[in-house]
Order: sequence, then structure tokens, then C-alpha cells
Amino acid sequence: MGSITVAAGKSPATRRVAAAATGESVAVRSILIGVAVLFLALFIFLPLAIVFSQAFAKGMGVYWASLRQPDALAAIRLTLLAATIAVPLNLVFGVAAAWCIGKFEFVGKSLLITLIDLPFSVSPVVSGLIYVLLFGLQGLFGPWLARHDLQIIFAVPGIVLATIFVTFPFVARELIPLLQAQGQEEEEAALALGASGWQTFFRVSLPNIKWGLLYGVILCNARAMGEFGAVSVVSGHIRGRTNTMPLHVEILYNEYQFSAAFAVASLLALLALTTLLVKTVVEWRARRQLAESAAWGEEGQIA
Amino acid sequence: MSIEAKEITKKFGQFTALEHVDLKIPSGELVALLGPSGSGKTTLLRIIAGLEFADSGTILFDGEDTTHRNARDRRVGFVFQHYALFRHMTVFENIAFGLKVRPRNVRPSKEQIHAKVHELLGLIQLKNLAGRYPSQLSGGQRQRVALARALAVEPSVLLLDEPFGSLDAKVRLELRRWLRQLHDEVHITSVFVTHDQEEALEVSDRVAVMNEGRIEQVGTPDDVYHRPITPFVYNFLGNVNLFHGRIDEETSIQEGATGDPVYVRPHLLEIHRQPNRGGGHFRATIKHINSAGPLVKIEALSEWGDPVQVELSQEKFRELQLTKEETVFIIPKELKVFQKKAI
Repeated sequence: MGSITVAAGKSPATRRVAAAATGESVAVRSILIGVAVLFLALFIFLPLAIVFSQAFAKGMGVYWASLRQPDALAAIRLTLLAATIAVPLNLVFGVAAAWCIGKFEFVGKSLLITLIDLPFSVSPVVSGLIYVLLFGLQGLFGPWLARHDLQIIFAVPGIVLATIFVTFPFVARELIPLLQAQGQEEEEAALALGASGWQTFFRVSLPNIKWGLLYGVILCNARAMGEFGAVSVVSGHIRGRTNTMPLHVEILYNEYQFSAAFAVASLLALLALTTLLVKTVVEWRARRQLAESAAWGEEGQIA
Repeated sequence: MSIEAKEITKKFGQFTALEHVDLKIPSGELVALLGPSGSGKTTLLRIIAGLEFADSGTILFDGEDTTHRNARDRRVGFVFQHYALFRHMTVFENIAFGLKVRPRNVRPSKEQIHAKVHELLGLIQLKNLAGRYPSQLSGGQRQRVALARALAVEPSVLLLDEPFGSLDAKVRLELRRWLRQLHDEVHITSVFVTHDQEEALEVSDRVAVMNEGRIEQVGTPDDVYHRPITPFVYNFLGNVNLFHGRIDEETSIQEGATGDPVYVRPHLLEIHRQPNRGGGHFRATIKHINSAGPLVKIEALSEWGDPVQVELSQEKFRELQLTKEETVFIIPKELKVFQKKAI
């Protein structure tokens, strides 16, 4: 794929002309850039720096010790477990939903799109409460679950469910525009050539969306590991058992164990930085792919 | 393999794309579905391919009902207007795709696939580009790869949807001659959709002219051009002058008379400086002269105010020395009248 040349987008020359025509004076430009930089410094770089400086404030020894604490390890394990279950499931759900929306016309399509966006528009706390109302002791299925000795709320299944709910939109949202831009001619071509549905999906559709898919998965994973609100409601905060990393940070902080709190927080911050890095690379590839699809489509429309 | 479409009707919501369409395509022929956009020609092609299903009617391949079989089981080669090449595969992989996805028991060996693809690459004259990706090819090259890909599975029918629609004029001309040649070599039953009458007349054995979801006429290019059976066909296959008049003394047009519309092709009108002794002429004023090209095209205004297009040879034009705003006499050499159908 590395050698593909992309014909999409404006040429550098047209872009420069456009910039000159719509450009602002030097003063306005520097003020705008200055404001943006100042804002970023205050609200992003400074907090990030504080997280790391606080984490290492009492030296490396304390930092490592607070990460190796059994409760901290349990929280890390639980976070990883929740993400390991939620991300693959949302990968499958997301691809399936995006596939339906991007490639087919059906009644209730806009309703489905709205439903996919629901976890974004609902407060995470409310999402958590929904699960409490459904599976809690006083909830809809509570008595039945209790009779069968199944615990969902204040246990790992609840945390996983809440995580799945809040991270559902990422993959689907990322893929829908991509699939729509690509249309379905390539799939039709594959079918006419004798490929089965699965062959068409794995050999034609999936390779065409892989960068967008990876991008969605990365965002989904970041949110799954960092989710606080919804998980907090369903977790019950049982140390060493139902605490995820974000919850563990809160508890440590409330107990004035600042160094330990920031040490765990620094792991989350590291995750964020890694995510951003990977995201940048993948986003660049994904945009190239989208541009290619668009160029492909445009060419067709000229006729 | 022969193809037969019987009583095909297809609706998209309120829009009727095809209405009781019947079409027989004998084995080994190259048939063009010709019509303006929205005439249903692509829909008919897609229904033959199994990419779309008719609301009613049947599709027969060699007399066998395939109406409910999907594209995968019909063994058709389909070439899309916008190529639909797999963008993440090389030219080689694109052409090999149809062979590679076969079930294991009927899949050719790697060597066989390799040999087949190279044979096809030779056929489309792109042997040295096997490793390229579609985005690195020109439009004409992509279209040829799409064709090779469709031929790789040795289909019983080849269907082409506006195969040259998105190419520039020169490449189009080259490719359609090549397609004609290819068909003469391979003799596979082929149907192609086009809105370009010249293309249809030049390439195909037979032309089916379509309009508003119906087939207006099916015949050899010679038939449909010289013996059109409906005004639409006459109109669509070349430029035409339309007069609302009545014909007197076989070839004269009377002003303002009511009757069936009269059609004349621009090259079948003669320009004279003197009125015809036997009558059958009308007066016209020359409004515009375009002498670039093999024929000189003249736009004039008839004595009763209808625009008239005349085409004449450069020789004749030089001989007459026509100028703008000049009044001349026009004699139709051949008129075509379609009796209005009794409703």
C-alpha cells in the first residue's frame, strides 16, 4: 500500500492562493495562535506535567511501590479485563451496525443511527443507573438474578456491561462515513465473481476499512480504560475486587495518598499519550483511505 | 448462452424503471442496450446479472429459469461503469480474485491461476503492469483490467454497464474497437449498456433502443438507423429536424397545417439558390454556419419560424458560397412520418 499515490485534494498551489485570499493580517494571526497555545498550555500540558511531577514527587521507590500495591494491581487487572471484553465486542457490534447503515437502505435506519449515538448523548452516570435499575437488587431482573445467585451490579459483569455501553459508538461512528463513501460496487463485483458473503467481507470490505476500524478501536479502548462515571455507579467500589484504575485513583486521592493516586493516574496519562500517538498515525492513514475513496467516487461522477 | 427476459417489470418506489420488457439475446451475439439516462437500461442489465431482482417477470439463460438465482450462481461477467476494481489489490490480484475465491475442490492450482492471469494480461496488453495498484492506472487501463477480471472466471455471459462512459473520447474509440475485436475472438454472449448511439451502432450486432422503461425497437444497427419504427428511435439515433406540417405532393411541407409531425435528418436536406420547379421546397434564412469538421452545419430559420438544421459537404458548401442572413430554398430528400397511434 505504501506506494499508492493519492490524487485527491487540492494542489498545493490552489491551496496557497486560497490561503492568501482568505488570510488574516499577521497581528490577528499571532493573537489567535497565541490564545490557542495559551489555552492548550493551561488546560492540557500543565495538568499533564503535574500528574507526572506529583507521581514522582516522593521518588521512584514510592512510585513503584504504589503501583505494586495489591489493590492497585487488582484495579489494573480489572481495567484490562473490562477493556479486553468490551473492545472486541464493540468491534463486532460496531462493524455490524456500520455495515448495515453504510451499505443498505432499510426502514428505521435513522433510528438506528440515533440509538448508536445514545451513549454519547446520555450522561455516563445515567448509563450506570440504567444497569442498576435493571439488574440491581430492587431492579427489574434483580429478584430473578438473586434467586439464581447471579451478581451483576457491584461485580465485574456490571462493570463490563457499563463499559460496553459507553464505548459502543466509537467503532460504528468511525466506519459509517467510510463505508458510505465507498459505496457497494466492489462488493457487487466480488459477488458477481463468485465470492461468498464472508469472502467478500474479509477479502474486499475489511481491507478497505482497516485503518478507520483501527482508529475506532483505539478510541474505544482509550475510553474503555478511562471510563469513570458509569463504572462508578455500578462498581460499588470494593477495593481489590470491583475497582478499576480511574476509581482506584479517586479512592487514593480521597484518602490523601496523593503520590499513589498520581502514580496510578500517570499510567492512565501514559495510556492517553500512547493512544494519541497511535491515533495520529492511524488517523493519517485513515484519512488517506477516505480521500482515496472520495477520489474514486468523484472520478465516477465526472461521467 | 442465450438470454431471454420475459415480461420484466421493476419499480423503485413510485418510479417505474422497467415495464413489461421482453428481450431475446441469441447465443454469441453482442447486443447494445441503448437509451437516455433513466430509460431503464442499466436496471435491465443488473436484473440479467442477478444484482437486482425484478418485481415480476422471468430471466432465462439457455431456456433455464434463473430468475431467483443471485449473481454468484449465474456465472456472469459484469463490468462496472466505474470499474469497481479492488483498490487494495494489485492488477494481478484483481484478475485472479474470481479464481481464488472458488471452493477448494474446483479451485485451480496456483500455477494454473498464474498462467490464466498472464494470458489475460496479454489479452488486455498490460503484461508489464501486473504489480500496479488500480490508483496507479489510467482510466482506460482500469477498464481493461475490469474486463480481464470479469473474463477470468470464464463467464457464460459478459455484461458491461456503460463500459466506456467515464473515458475520454479518444480512449473510448480505441477501447470500443478493441471490445469488438475481442468479441469476434471470444464469441461470448455480451450485453452492453450505453447512451451513446454512435457507440451502439458501431460495436454491436444488434441494438435494443430503450425509452422510459420500455424497449422501443430491437434490430441490427442498420435496421434501427434506417428503418426506425417509432419517432423516439428516429430522434435518438442521430440529429433530426421536426416539422409540424402536412405533406403535399409527396415531399412538400405546408406551413401551419395540422397533421402528424414530419422528421428529416439534417443531411437529407438540400440547399438550393433557386426554387425547385417541381415544388416541394421551402424558404429559409441562414442564421449560423459552422464549417469546422467533415461536414458543414448550418442553422436556419424556416419561413414559418421553425429552426432547421442542415448538414452538407464542404464541397457543396464551397460551391454554394452561402453567407449568413441569406435566404435559400431547402428541399427535403427524404421525409419520415409516424402515424399517430389511435388512442
